[in-house]
Amino acid sequence: MESPVFSWNPLYDFQLMWSYPFMVNAFRAGAIVAVVAGAVGWFMVLRRQTFAGHTLSVVAFPGAALATLAGFSLSLGYFGFCVAAGLVLALMRRGREPGGSEESAATGVVQAFLLACGYLFMALYKGLLEGPQALLFGSFLGITTGQVATLAVAGLAVLLALAVLGRPLLFASVDPQVAAARGVPVRALSVAFLVLLGVATAEAAQITGALLVFALMVLPAATAQVLTARPGLSLLLTVILGFAVTWAGLVAAFYRPYPLGFFVTSFAFGLFLLAHAARFTARALERRRDALGAAFAGGAA
Amino acid sequence: MNPVVAAEPQHNAERRDPSSAPSSAASEASEASAADGQAEPVLSLSGAAVRVGGRTLWSGVDLEVQAGEFVAVLGPNGVGKSTLIKVLLGIMPAAEGEIRVLGRRPGEAGSRVGYLPQRRSFDPDLRIRGVDVVRMGLDGDRWGVPLPWSRDRREQQRRVYEVIELVGASAYAHRPIGQCSGGEQQRLLIAQALVRRPEVLLLDEPLDSLDLPNQSAVAALIGRICHQENVAVVMVAHDVNPILHHLDRVVYIAEGGAVCGPPSEVINSETLTRLYRTPVEVLSTQDGRLVVVGQPEAPAVHTDRHGHGHGHGHGDRRADRHAG
Repeated sequence: MESPVFSWNPLYDFQLMWSYPFMVNAFRAGAIVAVVAGAVGWFMVLRRQTFAGHTLSVVAFPGAALATLAGFSLSLGYFGFCVAAGLVLALMRRGREPGGSEESAATGVVQAFLLACGYLFMALYKGLLEGPQALLFGSFLGITTGQVATLAVAGLAVLLALAVLGRPLLFASVDPQVAAARGVPVRALSVAFLVLLGVATAEAAQITGALLVFALMVLPAATAQVLTARPGLSLLLTVILGFAVTWAGLVAAFYRPYPLGFFVTSFAFGLFLLAHAARFTARALERRRDALGAAFAGGAA
Repeated sequence: MNPVVAAEPQHNAERRDPSSAPSSAASEASEASAADGQAEPVLSLSGAAVRVGGRTLWSGVDLEVQAGEFVAVLGPNGVGKSTLIKVLLGIMPAAEGEIRVLGRRPGEAGSRVGYLPQRRSFDPDLRIRGVDVVRMGLDGDRWGVPLPWSRDRREQQRRVYEVIELVGASAYAHRPIGQCSGGEQQRLLIAQALVRRPEVLLLDEPLDSLDLPNQSAVAALIGRICHQENVAVVMVAHDVNPILHHLDRVVYIAEGGAVCGPPSEVINSETLTRLYRTPVEVLSTQDGRLVVVGQPEAPAVHTDRHGHGHGHGHGDRRADRHAG
């Protein structure tokens, strides 16, 4: 593709991008993935399950490689592997308190093994694979309308499930003991969440690639949680940030010959740093105001 | 004070012999108190026993708690104090005996029972406000999404702020809870346990790992809620002194048995010596604090509890072999 030139006229630029069907599909898929990954990622960050999330995203790679090798649909490979891995993780953590160190070691073992499997599948395919790069680091070219439809259905299912489970899930994440005493099925929710995490990861991996899923799962959520401690607002902010960085990344990747995953991740990372800077400044100002107030009070006395 | 309760220490001390058959005295006594026109007890245990992994933690526990009473559960580590709370919550089954919570079986009274588990501290960078944690106590177990502008919601908001005011946490309820101090977190968690207006409050070592001024402040808060709001409080405690002035009754648990009664009748050398079957001395300091010496766990007051866990476990096993 020859590089089009960015005109600094947003209307014209979007009209140009919209004239390519593959870009329309990329924007659609990006929007769906950003919203779903953001919402699930928010809970993941709150529950301190980023390592489980990372494992699931790594699992997306052998899933996709096997799908290519065996000749079934890529989506099936992504979703099948990620959801199955989610269930395995849930099984492994049975009977343990969340966040145990033993658990992360076992999770790491699964992750390493599956990554090796993915490498094997690629080798078996004898290099005819369109490139492991796309599976690992993402691509926005060639997303079909059918794929967008699959993403939309899976995404809607995840969002609906989150809407129903959301409040007890939040309770069980923040305060599992009291939640259990109140009759919240903490363990069942933990399994359900890992399955949702699997689906969301499989979705995101199709856009960002297996290794950069975190760009959409962790960064917007972490950024929003730096900015506000209100759960509702923070969740909303996560979704908006995820959506914004994805579309900005798509625009950048359309005009510049660098990979989409890089743009999305750098934008999200930039926002994360900005959020921290903003909080730091706000705190410093507050402290200074307090100090000034104290000085005034002291002077008056 | 309930006359039946006053008689209990001796009654229990007799029953600590494992070979004695569960006497019917307890149930007769509780019937008698009901006939006296006493209000239905909020909590009642008679002849209750608990086994964990084939080992009997305690047995023959008789206890009645009325509305607005403050009861402490005391005893050495590993003796099953927290287990008593879990049995009352219905999380763990009792092996023997009759247990009633608000006239129902444990676990069936729902939001009428408030619970504060053993101290959990929140991750310092958990970005959830105290007010949100309190709110979870109100409707965190409901499925689905709340409608933002319903009348219910405004009413709930009011209740959340009311209970935060009650525990005196208004100044920091909007800070992320991980950034609150231990005492502040504990106050918010008490608010969370109280937000549904429970009639019974079960607290598991709420003063543990608080500094001394905070211990007495939180103890005074619990005492005030108990007597003002007429909430029955059962509190597991490691040290009785911060709560001594607020207490109506204590339950002292030892290997196998337990003694219940007013603090002065239970925490004395005679009763505890009988309970532990080993010389125990209770000393009283000038300001009225109690120090228990010679208890199997060694001096319990203000010492590092973990250092003694090991030796105590051995003691337990030996006692078991004796009983068997």
